[in-house]
Amino acid sequence: MGLLVNEPNAVKAIKADVKNFNFYYGQKQAVKDVNFSVYQNKVTALIGPSGCGKSTLLRSLNRIHDLYKGFKTEGEVILHPEQINILDKSIDPTFVRMRVGMVFQKPNPFPKSIYENVVYGLKIRGLKKRALLEQKCEESLKAAGLWDEVKDRLDQLATGLSGGQQQRLCIARALAVEPDLLLLDEPTSALDPISTSVIEDLVIELKNKVTILIVTHNLQQAARCSDFTAFMYLGELIEFGETNKLFTKPQNVKTENYITGRFG
Amino acid sequence: MRKSPMKKDKNRNNIMAKDPILAKHNKTEKLIKSKNIKDQLFYLFGFLILVAASFILFALISDLFIRGASRLNFDFLTHFPSRKPEAAGILSAWVGSLAVMLVTSSVSLVLGVMTGIYLEEYAPKNIFTFLIELAIVNMAGIPSITFGLMALGIFVYQFNFGQSILTAGLTLGLLVLPIIIVTTREALKSIPNHLREAAYSLGASKYQIVRDHLLPYSSGGILTGMILALSRAVGETAPLITIGALTFIAFLPTPPIQSTPPFVSFEWLWDGFTVLPIQMFNWVSRPQEEFHINAAATGAILLMLTLILNAGAIWLRYKFRKRYHW
Repeated sequence: MGLLVNEPNAVKAIKADVKNFNFYYGQKQAVKDVNFSVYQNKVTALIGPSGCGKSTLLRSLNRIHDLYKGFKTEGEVILHPEQINILDKSIDPTFVRMRVGMVFQKPNPFPKSIYENVVYGLKIRGLKKRALLEQKCEESLKAAGLWDEVKDRLDQLATGLSGGQQQRLCIARALAVEPDLLLLDEPTSALDPISTSVIEDLVIELKNKVTILIVTHNLQQAARCSDFTAFMYLGELIEFGETNKLFTKPQNVKTENYITGRFG
Repeated sequence: MRKSPMKKDKNRNNIMAKDPILAKHNKTEKLIKSKNIKDQLFYLFGFLILVAASFILFALISDLFIRGASRLNFDFLTHFPSRKPEAAGILSAWVGSLAVMLVTSSVSLVLGVMTGIYLEEYAPKNIFTFLIELAIVNMAGIPSITFGLMALGIFVYQFNFGQSILTAGLTLGLLVLPIIIVTTREALKSIPNHLREAAYSLGASKYQIVRDHLLPYSSGGILTGMILALSRAVGETAPLITIGALTFIAFLPTPPIQSTPPFVSFEWLWDGFTVLPIQMFNWVSRPQEEFHINAAATGAILLMLTLILNAGAIWLRYKFRKRYHW
């Protein structure tokens, strides 16, 4: 953020541009004309009350909506540096998901061993060498801060881990394939306060490696770990800006009311 | 001595009637009491029915075993049927049953699991899919002898498969197909969607998800359905009699492994056969009492086979539930 103040003309690297994004569930419009940019190696938080469309927006970014029926998107989400529109139906959703990783609200490890969970993404990308897979597994688990807890039981079932450990395993699984952009959909909403703070620290640490877009209900969480924040309300993007500015000097009265707890 | 508590009780009832709150309590108490009585009646009723059903089953099984006891030995399993009841055995029948089941399970497993996966994971929701689903549900209700007639027309006369193990296996395979399709679909349905989303979000293709996740996670359910289907098929008689299975077979099918190249032979698929229930049917329809003993012994063996298959299904379900939970 110091970057902006010291070098006002410096162009920050942009990872993704959301342009005129609209989303419809059947007739109902869930997201209305949203525009913002996701900056590289920064954490961008999406906040807003329930049903404001923030999860819908996030899930569009790796085309997970394609698994279901009855939705329609308009506008563009440009992924840099290739400048491809990831919403484009002609782009294979698998290609998008290979670049954009996702961690879900509820920890969802596969009922396989811890090792198998972490390397699954690599295996489907055709990596077969055991030594390389083991090395990647260790790196990813270390990056997710889980290595010390599980290094002696990599062959045990991942479903036997605690909720917080499972969620960090899911983060490790997403990191193993080195995504350009990592989407976190309320990653701590099902976790206890200690596991939550571990994951928040992890998010701050990870931004050196990967660009993160996080949806959260928890305002303190957004304030603590994000560099940019987007406030959404009833499907519209009300305000987008640097987190410290948005939380201290919100431009819009709705934002101010929300972050001061007057509604939502 | 007996009178005083009664009196006290009456007093209590009087007080209760006057006080509205106590009266309400009293009402609740009565309601609970009457509910308890209904509960106990239902429990008793259910228990009696269970005892009656178990008793009939137990009587049938023990009757079979007691009658057949004199023939339940190793020789019975290693001898061909014979005109002399004391020398007759069920060698050709159990080998025939085994061979037919082998064909049945391969056919129904491949077709059933593929259909289940297609309908559950791939098929679009349209009128065509709906008609297929309707056909499958109806197929489960078709009398088995109708399958026999169909097989007689198609496999025996149209394809010229003859009255062979192949024909029988295909017929029974089609007969149990709906069971496998339904259990496969149920097993796939029970896999939560968030696991599919997790795999998709890593960039897996649909085929990879079916191969790496859905098939392994549903294998317990599929295998259980397979075994239950086989335990039904092994006792089927009507469709096999319809296609013209012989009742007196004094030879074994061609061995699948040969001493000369290419060492593996599928000649046995075209051989004539008999199966345990047909052998049993044959013996039971003889006038001589001695043959009835043979039939009882065959029945006992068939029953044991079914029980073993069912026990295997329960064990598999237990094992897979422990392995795959989410």
